[in-house]
Amino acid sequence: MRYSGFRVIKEALTGHKGWKPIWRNPEPQPAYDYVIVGGGGHGLATAYYLATTFRQARIAVLEKGWLGSGNIGRNTTIIRSNYLLPGNEPFYEFSMKLWENLEQEFNFNAMVSQRGILNLIHTDAQRDAYRRRGNAMILAGADAELLDREQVRAMYPWLNFDNARFPIKGGLVQRRAGTARHDGVAWGYARGADLAGVDLIQNCEVTGFRIENGTLKGVETSRGYIGAKKVGVAVAGSSGRVMAQAGMRLPIESHVLQAFVSEGLKPFIDGVITFGAGHFYVSQSDKGGLVFGGDIDGYNSYAQRGNMAVIEDVAQGGMALMPAIGRARLLRIWGGIMDMSMDGSPIIDRTPIQGLYLNAGWCYGGFKATPASGYAFAHLLATDRPHDTARAYRLDRFERGYPIDEKGMGATPNLH
Amino acid sequence: MLIPHPLLGLRDAEEFTYLGDASLLDRPDPHAPDAAQQFYEYQHLRDNPAGIHRELWFHEQGDRSWLIVTRNTLTHEILGAELARDAKGAKA
Amino acid sequence: MTRLSGGLIDRSRSLTFTFDGKTYQGHAGDTLASALLANDVRLMGRSFKYHRPRGVIASGSEEPNALVELRGGAWQEPNTRATVAELFDGLAARSQNKVGSLGFDLLAVNDLLSPFFSAGFYYKTFMWPRAFWEKLYEPAIRRAAGLGSLTHEPDPDAYDAGFLHCDLLVIGGGAAGLTAALTAARAGAQVILADEDFRLGGRLLAESAPLDRPATDWIAGIEAEFAGLPNLRVMRRTTVWGAFDHGIYGAVERVSDHLASPGKRVRQTLWRITTKRAILASGATERHIPFADNDRPGVMLSGAMRAYANRWAVSPAKRVAIFTNNDDGHRTARDLLAKGVEIAAVIDPRPAASGAGYRTIQGHVTGTKGRLGLSRIEVTANGRSEWIDCGALGVSGGWNPNIQIASHHRGRPVWHDGLQAFVAGPGGPVGLIPAGATSGQSSTAQALVSGAKAAQAALADLGITATLPDLPQAEDQALNLKPLWHVPGKSRAWVDFQNDVTVKDIKLAYQENMRPVEHLKRWTTLGMATDQGKTSNVTGLAVMAELTGQSIQSTGTTIFRPPYTPVALSVLGGGDTGTHFRPRRLTPTHDWASRQGAVFVEVGQWMRAQYFPRAGETTWRQTVDREVLATRTGVGICDVTTLGKIDVQGADAGEFLDRVYCNAMKSLKVGMVRYGLMLREDGFAWDDGTCARLAETQYVVTTTTANAGTIYRHLEFCRQCLWPELDVQLISTTDAWAQLSVAGPNARKLLQRVVDGFDLSNESFPFMACANLTVCGGLRARLFRISFSGELAYEIAVPARYGNALIERLIDIGADLGATPYGTETLGVLRIEKGHAAGNELNGQTTAQMLGMGRMVSTKKDSIGAVLSRREGLVAERRVLVGLQPVDASQPVVAGSHLFAEGAAQDTASDQGWITSACYSPHVGSAIGLGYLDNGDAQLGEQIVAANPLQAQQVVLRVVSPHFVDPEGGRVRD
Repeated sequence: MRYSGFRVIKEALTGHKGWKPIWRNPEPQPAYDYVIVGGGGHGLATAYYLATTFRQARIAVLEKGWLGSGNIGRNTTIIRSNYLLPGNEPFYEFSMKLWENLEQEFNFNAMVSQRGILNLIHTDAQRDAYRRRGNAMILAGADAELLDREQVRAMYPWLNFDNARFPIKGGLVQRRAGTARHDGVAWGYARGADLAGVDLIQNCEVTGFRIENGTLKGVETSRGYIGAKKVGVAVAGSSGRVMAQAGMRLPIESHVLQAFVSEGLKPFIDGVITFGAGHFYVSQSDKGGLVFGGDIDGYNSYAQRGNMAVIEDVAQGGMALMPAIGRARLLRIWGGIMDMSMDGSPIIDRTPIQGLYLNAGWCYGGFKATPASGYAFAHLLATDRPHDTARAYRLDRFERGYPIDEKGMGATPNLH
Repeated sequence: MLIPHPLLGLRDAEEFTYLGDASLLDRPDPHAPDAAQQFYEYQHLRDNPAGIHRELWFHEQGDRSWLIVTRNTLTHEILGAELARDAKGAKA
Repeated sequence: MTRLSGGLIDRSRSLTFTFDGKTYQGHAGDTLASALLANDVRLMGRSFKYHRPRGVIASGSEEPNALVELRGGAWQEPNTRATVAELFDGLAARSQNKVGSLGFDLLAVNDLLSPFFSAGFYYKTFMWPRAFWEKLYEPAIRRAAGLGSLTHEPDPDAYDAGFLHCDLLVIGGGAAGLTAALTAARAGAQVILADEDFRLGGRLLAESAPLDRPATDWIAGIEAEFAGLPNLRVMRRTTVWGAFDHGIYGAVERVSDHLASPGKRVRQTLWRITTKRAILASGATERHIPFADNDRPGVMLSGAMRAYANRWAVSPAKRVAIFTNNDDGHRTARDLLAKGVEIAAVIDPRPAASGAGYRTIQGHVTGTKGRLGLSRIEVTANGRSEWIDCGALGVSGGWNPNIQIASHHRGRPVWHDGLQAFVAGPGGPVGLIPAGATSGQSSTAQALVSGAKAAQAALADLGITATLPDLPQAEDQALNLKPLWHVPGKSRAWVDFQNDVTVKDIKLAYQENMRPVEHLKRWTTLGMATDQGKTSNVTGLAVMAELTGQSIQSTGTTIFRPPYTPVALSVLGGGDTGTHFRPRRLTPTHDWASRQGAVFVEVGQWMRAQYFPRAGETTWRQTVDREVLATRTGVGICDVTTLGKIDVQGADAGEFLDRVYCNAMKSLKVGMVRYGLMLREDGFAWDDGTCARLAETQYVVTTTTANAGTIYRHLEFCRQCLWPELDVQLISTTDAWAQLSVAGPNARKLLQRVVDGFDLSNESFPFMACANLTVCGGLRARLFRISFSGELAYEIAVPARYGNALIERLIDIGADLGATPYGTETLGVLRIEKGHAAGNELNGQTTAQMLGMGRMVSTKKDSIGAVLSRREGLVAERRVLVGLQPVDASQPVVAGSHLFAEGAAQDTASDQGWITSACYSPHVGSAIGLGYLDNGDAQLGEQIVAANPLQAQQVVLRVVSPHFVDPEGGRVRD
């Protein structure tokens, strides 16, 4: 069933009787060519591109809970391609280009909104670093603009320019960046994959891998054994737990990141603002809530909840930057589990086990990568070659000494 | 969170800085023939358990002890804490 | 005015307030909602999506409809629930989320279009043409969405944050909470009782006769006893909003929200309460029953209607009806009847339910009329319908215990068949004990007992024996509830009032296979309103359970997250705003520099002098050029205290330093200094500084300003965790010593004038020497002959409190030598001219090799990072630090530019490096820079292009040595 304004009107006039299930609830088959473990954003996107762009068949997505219950179900919805390093920037720019045509492609309004992102600058050294980054973005075909203090003031005159502990000296803007409706992205990919014949199997937890002589044969699940020629694992947040079932230790720690939303407000902030010196970033959803966040709590956790220190820290950052938000109220705090990798960058690679592939380590930046991650992982699964923009995301880069360390923090996951 | 400091009693976790898995105590022998492989694993690979985790916390705003805290990563329950130098000494 | 008799309002105190510009009167003890009802105002808001006219449905913090903008100007506060806004004289409120007036909202057109606005409709349309989403559809949606509005003015009020500690925290001051606090406080435990209301008592205040004596008398007695118990802290107007790890709870006390102005007080205080045990006595929230057009102003929760009558002496109308599936609705009818309100009918689907003095109809409410307020209801019984006139309808579908805080640790609630509701389940916060309604105890009598027993059990855990207090006889009725989750029908029946989620939307979600509870929530927005589903979640789940044929328990619940009720962002920030956002560290010469008119700059937590402008200098460049030349020709003085300083002492100090620096330190002679580079264990360069050996067993190590804390922590890690067997002790002395750099050809002459008989000649105190000595007639000091500028230079350290005096003395007595203070800008120019790496070069992504220090990494000994620095990728790194100078001296050099071969394509693939630092060099007479360049050593003398497309700049540069000043290093050794 194709979605359109015409269809919405027709259904409204006929009592919405004609809407079909957005996807099927198939029973698992005994075996598939491709099994994707994880029905979050990256897993669903992988299945979608495998079935459409790469024209593969006999594909299943196995999801422990409900579709979209990965970190795509709980994030701050920012999309951007403002990275520094050559291992990253072309990949995220590829993702941005996919975002720009996504909705028309999968026939679902994911509310991709290029509202722009502003990274604030507070010191001369930060300006130098952002200039290097902005130039790297342009060299990779992305857009970037360097603003001075007055140009920032013209955008957001109500930021705290003068009474700030860290005065605003300028900003780096990417206008093509913005936000997307996170659940809509998951549902768009899921529906697109289902329409292309992918079996989306919910409430199906992978409990083990069947490996014979170093070759993967299939997966044990809470709904029985499922054979597979190739298995792609995309379970960010739980990568360590799942890959341990295949006997692998990963360069990843699981950490909790809290995110925040305020009560609904009339339009207040147009784009996305990040305040690095204050560990705070914010945007406003179409529904009106201020969506914001800051640092991870900083300790290993699978608890999906955090503690007060970070809540206060984030609120302080917000109040320092934009004291006008003080009279708005925080509605909801939630915590997600992040795959914090050893260099802050992801992994899309084969594993030493034949037939087992890994997509992991997205830290707290996986949402924006969803289209390119799915595309690149599908490319790898279908062709056994890395996608051009994802060549650097190798699992052995730590062993060989090629980290992709945007922040220069070394092998300390909670500092990325 | 509250951390039961073996010398100072319950202290707010905010006084501490977190490092990570207590396996970081076990720095490999740099002269071993496979030192490169051992150091790569030591520095990068983690068990990352969902459950009991022995981990390093530094009492930065306190007595500057490094502690090994045993904590459940699913519930955040803390099962104990000891001075890292004691643990290391006991091992030696 | 429709005031009834009785109530807990102070009729002797009248308060004037306005709503939408119209003036009204209320009384002390009123909330905005009760006062509006007393003034016959039923229409208080508009719904989120359809902009339907809405009135208040609740009497507490769960209210989803009656949200207003309170106060004005910078104090404007959107989305304030009228039910919790205490009335004060002069209160001004406005309705929100409307275009036009509240009575005639132009956006109510959405309601006419509602057939098109079905659940999830926006995911299916607005996609063509592509550009229209951002240009047309989305802006329109954003304008219509949102609730109240926020000004862009800074919040003018003050806030505070504090810590509290106790044995027992009692959350909620109703029947269960009061007996819990009483029991525990009498036993001598440290107790905090927190309640969100401004008056203790909870539902006891809303009932006509819950106890065998007037409830207010019983509460007053307890409050009097509380006042004499120093171990009990009663916190009214305090919402416990979140449960965190290890017995920590977040609470907000509304200190002065009930006043016209806070005066000198804070508006609110954020409390972090650490407790050994907690009792959750947060009561229950009534739920409504969806039926056709059940959202008109005047339709409200039956228990709220009763609360308004009993506590606030108001009825929303003179003639009301009740729709209930349990005995509680009849209690409302009785109480209102007793207050003289006419009961049109009680509609109760249960067989044989009836009450004395009013008409009971065994049937359902199936429709309503009244555009801006209820006028009639349709009642259907035995297949026959009739319309009954009434101005308000009280609805009771049962009560949902307020178990939110019990599920903040993701413990799943448990279904209670008797109550037909979820109660607190296992997996709640450790040490939290549910009492009263949250534990499934629904009557007043049960609540009183359960609170006291919960306190007794909690204290028993702590080894404190508590005895149960004598309790009054209390109401002990069962609800006799017959589940009724919605009244079937064709019209819209609201489940979530604020977000306009109807039973039809849930059916559509079912039809479209959005059945898992999280899909239901996200597809329809059920439970995503400002009440986090307090008034809608369970009902919505039950409707879905009915459709799927599963039990409610197996249908599942969504998880409640903090905060329990919305919390102002200001108070979460605790008042640490503006310049108080982060601590500010001042250097030991700060006062002196201020007096010299220095311009300061933020360097991490530090404020450092950036430059020292003099009269007649119109640009910072003039000042900096002067400072640079003064240093290179005379002597310059700069406060470098912010560099980290660590004392390393012990018999194994040298061995320890050998292991943490990549180069050797054990071999350093006493009285000498060596440059040192530390690697991270992953082999990348981390930090550099100097290492001075002051004695056989004492070294002083410096770090960069940025890494002072990090490196200290790392060294303690090495000492305690890696090599506890070494005899070595560390202490950070960054704040203990004021350290000044004294640089320039006249540096020795100047210092000779302050040292106490110490020979500074090159022979006795050569380059890289260090010593303990005294200056200025007995002041202990440390002197290091080190240079960051390429000039003859020293760093002199004295106890921090002498910093101001020392710099003043040096400038004073060095006037004839050209002694000039300089700041961080000049420091930067001097080091770039000399080619010294700083933060821009040592950014955590660079190797020793890139810094030109590859050979410093000793292969003779092990040190942190040595093994992994030999990884393939690090060894293969070909970018090295070079100097860069424009071929045309008038051209700029801009840090952050990328480097390309002349004529090469400018893209990621051809990128050869970047400029890390740049400045104007008065010494060279042009701009200069440092940068990392592929095979930079081999490109010395070549021309390359610096591309800065961000600012449309292309400059041709020559690759030169990074040492622009005195490359042979003669000056420092002079």
